Amino acid sequence: MSELDDFRAEVAAWLEANRPPEPDFLLPETFMEVGTDRQFEYLRDWQRKVYEAGYLGMAWPKAYGGGGQPQVMQDIVNAEMARLKVPFVPNTIGLNWAGPLILAIGTEAEKQKYIPGILSAEDIWCQGFSEPDNGSDLAAATTRAVRDGDDWILNGSKIWTSLGTYAKYMILLARTNPDAENRYAGLSYFLAPMDVPGVDVQPIRKLTGEYGFTQTFFTDARIPGDCLMGREGEGWQIAMQTLTFERSVAGGQAGGLSMNAVGVQDVLELARRVKRDGRPAIEDPIIRDELVKFLIEEQGDRLCGARARHPALISERPGAIAMSGKLRGTEHKRRLLQFAITLQGANGARWVGDERAERGGLWQRSYFNAFSATIGGGTSQVQANIVGERVLGLPKD
Amino acid sequence: MTAVKLKATMTFSEEQSMLLDTATEFFRSKSPTSVVRDLMLSEDGYDDAVWREMVDLGWSGLAIPEACGGSDLGLAAAVTIAEPMGRWLSATPWLSTQLFVQGVLAADDALRSACLPAVAEGAIGTVALCEVDGDWDLEAAGLTLRETGSQAALSGTKTFVLNADAADFLLISGNLEGAPALAVLDRESLPAGALHRETLIDDTRRSFELILDGVQVPDDRLIRGERALTALSRIRNAALLLISAESAGGIAGALEVIVEYLNTRTAFGRKIGSYQGLKHPTVDILIGLERTRSHVYHAASLIEAGESEEAIDVALRMAKAQASEAFAFAGDRAIQFHGGFGFTWECDAQLYLKRALWAQYAFGDAIHHRRHLAEALL
Repeated sequence: MSELDDFRAEVAAWLEANRPPEPDFLLPETFMEVGTDRQFEYLRDWQRKVYEAGYLGMAWPKAYGGGGQPQVMQDIVNAEMARLKVPFVPNTIGLNWAGPLILAIGTEAEKQKYIPGILSAEDIWCQGFSEPDNGSDLAAATTRAVRDGDDWILNGSKIWTSLGTYAKYMILLARTNPDAENRYAGLSYFLAPMDVPGVDVQPIRKLTGEYGFTQTFFTDARIPGDCLMGREGEGWQIAMQTLTFERSVAGGQAGGLSMNAVGVQDVLELARRVKRDGRPAIEDPIIRDELVKFLIEEQGDRLCGARARHPALISERPGAIAMSGKLRGTEHKRRLLQFAITLQGANGARWVGDERAERGGLWQRSYFNAFSATIGGGTSQVQANIVGERVLGLPKD
Repeated sequence: MTAVKLKATMTFSEEQSMLLDTATEFFRSKSPTSVVRDLMLSEDGYDDAVWREMVDLGWSGLAIPEACGGSDLGLAAAVTIAEPMGRWLSATPWLSTQLFVQGVLAADDALRSACLPAVAEGAIGTVALCEVDGDWDLEAAGLTLRETGSQAALSGTKTFVLNADAADFLLISGNLEGAPALAVLDRESLPAGALHRETLIDDTRRSFELILDGVQVPDDRLIRGERALTALSRIRNAALLLISAESAGGIAGALEVIVEYLNTRTAFGRKIGSYQGLKHPTVDILIGLERTRSHVYHAASLIEAGESEEAIDVALRMAKAQASEAFAFAGDRAIQFHGGFGFTWECDAQLYLKRALWAQYAFGDAIHHRRHLAEALL
């Protein structure tokens, strides 16, 4: 116990001493919003520094560059990073989705080839699941992969590719057999290089006016045969397994923050500062009631995480807490940010760049960017379908 | 910075897990809705044979110290009984007895020894706290206790006294020279006509008005001073915890009724559960259930760990506010989703909404507790 306490203190001291100075530009809020080179470089350098200090991939095998230590130590690092609000590390898709997937089901060659670069931020990863015509319905993917000798030829397009401009590899879901017995069986999974001819990445301008997401176009892009993960036709199962890491239903992530967490405490701080009727907003009884509602909800979700560790307290519906996590968390955050703008009264109408905007317009930008989480990775409505059907056993649409 | 630091403590022992399993099976088999409906129409409102079995299982004396004949498992263990009890809408004198026990635990040894061993053996207790104005402030009771010699005379009116007609002991709050005090009364010492049955929104409960006009109690039956404040605080804590736990069970019960119907009923050629207009709010009910259970078992964990009074108060108020709204929402939607059938007496959905509203208005609704939480947290 005290050893872990010592470790926690050591981590905190290191983070305090090594956190990068505040940049003179607004940092993105999540790994999905990295839109400029200077944002990317700032965050990549930070990941490199954290990894070199031994605080990333602590529980991953030493053979591939990990720390070979108990998960509890990485958990401590993650908690300290969140508490001290240090910047996030940008390679989330590699560290927390593709990495644990490769470690779980990848070949020895795949582990050796990909894992070290994920940790060091040398190799940035992106995800090619969604397509322009099939947002949340992944099984409808139409991007084609056709065998040509030992290689695969890719044609089609993927959209909402975070970090697409910076990525070296993509976890890619593509259709290898359009005539398969069902639409799931025709899909295969690739660990695809981005730096080959025929791969074109176009930035997408977001509703905030910034960049961050990209659309990836494949035009007769040739990738080596060994990019296929698992066997041909196993793409759907592997994609679903990827989602268990993405949604933290399964453990094994390398760690590190993937976003600047905004919580109710930050909104309380705002409510103490802004005025309503000449007095701090936090003294307004209706504002107070709303703030307490958010606190109860935030604490409820935190306690759900604690309860999920007791099998006897989740025995009736073991998946309910994990499977509703994205829906609960992202919708809570969206509404909280919406409320943070409401608190500002007339100044709520200001935007990024206005000199009188609260914290440079951070709240307004955060609220609009919050939709990326309520839409991306399966919209809240799709999430509600999944929870309703798989947890409650309700009939499909 | 907030005054109270919110923790994420969650403990649940092997013993508590076994109790939860046993109680779940017990109420599932003893309290199907057909039985609940029969008892709603009965005089007593509960089945004495079932209550006896609960006593024999030791559930009545769960929170009573071993020295007084109980098993000293504490309030956290009581949650594992209350939750399944609420799920199957069972109403026995168990809840009122637990509140009585918590109040008497603050009394001196003599009074504890006079009441608690009997309760562990099956005597029924209840508490008389609320008055005609319906105020939830337990320390503001208007009933007067006037001391003369070694007796005190009780005068005033109490309301919402659960199971008063079946109770062996009543713990009554009032004020003694301007300060809160309580008195334990044997029901036998009540004058004829002191109890009047109240008509509640929830037909499964039996609740009474109690009118006292100078009833005498011996001095050694009084709880006063600091002990009185402790007694009221213990009762409130237990009420918030156990009613929230019952509500968590009630949400699960309402959810089960909804899911069953959504998977059975067909409209326009499809199972109605396939419509997102019904599916998505049902998921909201599930989320309300998960958050409620998490708040309830966390509050129980803090009580068991002996955390500070302030931390426990915050956790309990959060649990009650969350439980009250989530249960009322579940009951309300349960009726709506049953369509025309939901509007009938025969549909069970109404039972859950009525229980939810009873639970919401007992010991403070969501708005009341959020106001107190704002004082503690903002």
